[in-house]
Amino acid sequence: MVSGEPVDPDVDLHLPQQRAELTAHPFAVLGAVAAGGALGAAARHGAALLWPVPAGAFPWSTLGVNAVGSGLIGVLMVLVAERGAGHPLVRPFLGTGVLGGFTTFSAYAADVAGLLTRGDAAAALGYAAATLAAALGAVWAAAAATRRLVRRTAPPAPSGRRGDAR
Amino acid sequence: MAGAAVGAPLRYLVDRAVQARHDSAFPWGTFTVNVAGSLALGLLTGLAASGAAGRDVQILLGTGLCGAMTTYSTFSYETLRLAESGRRLFAAANATASVLAGLAAVLLGTALTR
Repeated sequence: MVSGEPVDPDVDLHLPQQRAELTAHPFAVLGAVAAGGALGAAARHGAALLWPVPAGAFPWSTLGVNAVGSGLIGVLMVLVAERGAGHPLVRPFLGTGVLGGFTTFSAYAADVAGLLTRGDAAAALGYAAATLAAALGAVWAAAAATRRLVRRTAPPAPSGRRGDAR
Repeated sequence: MAGAAVGAPLRYLVDRAVQARHDSAFPWGTFTVNVAGSLALGLLTGLAASGAAGRDVQILLGTGLCGAMTTYSTFSYETLRLAESGRRLFAAANATASVLAGLAAVLLGTALTR
């Protein structure tokens, strides 16, 4: 089962702990998200400098960043759900901050729009679909592999919530 | 990076605010930040094209603020979780609607600044 994992990795108000975290530690939570976001965005900017894409060309570096970030959030969220988050700021810092800041939806949408307004509809459609496929494929594969690895090495869950027949 | 240090907490707060008002299986919170951030980037792109926003402003507000306010990793993970929990239609709707609304928001933002 994967029911222990939240749907929204940024913050999921269905989970009592995450619902309470902002009022309990507002500055720590927002500070962790801000610091993580700055680090993630710096890494994305670094990737764009390392692999520059000329205007109008296929935006490979944004595609790569979004696919890698999606894979990493699959690993992180499964670890947090199966092994416990460790420190309560781990998810806000790494998930909401670093990976949320690393990946970007706005640049993706702007890249699609840019290719489209240049009249390159085929590249726009190809880029839109390729990013979607790469990111969803990465998060699916990473989450599945991490679940398998965690359960193979995990001691039986103390609550008995997860059946050992699985 | 100053832009991202504002954009990421903004995403967290908007996501919370939307979830608190809209308890739904559909991830409206992430959808909202992604479309709003795409609109803002469209506005900025238009301003940059007309020469009103320089390279530094584009990095601060475009790469930093809009980039960190929006997220692909959360969008991917939510789509995966919707599909895994049997809500395949929601997963497909989330992917399609997010891409189309994000694209429309960028084009609208750019058009508004012309």
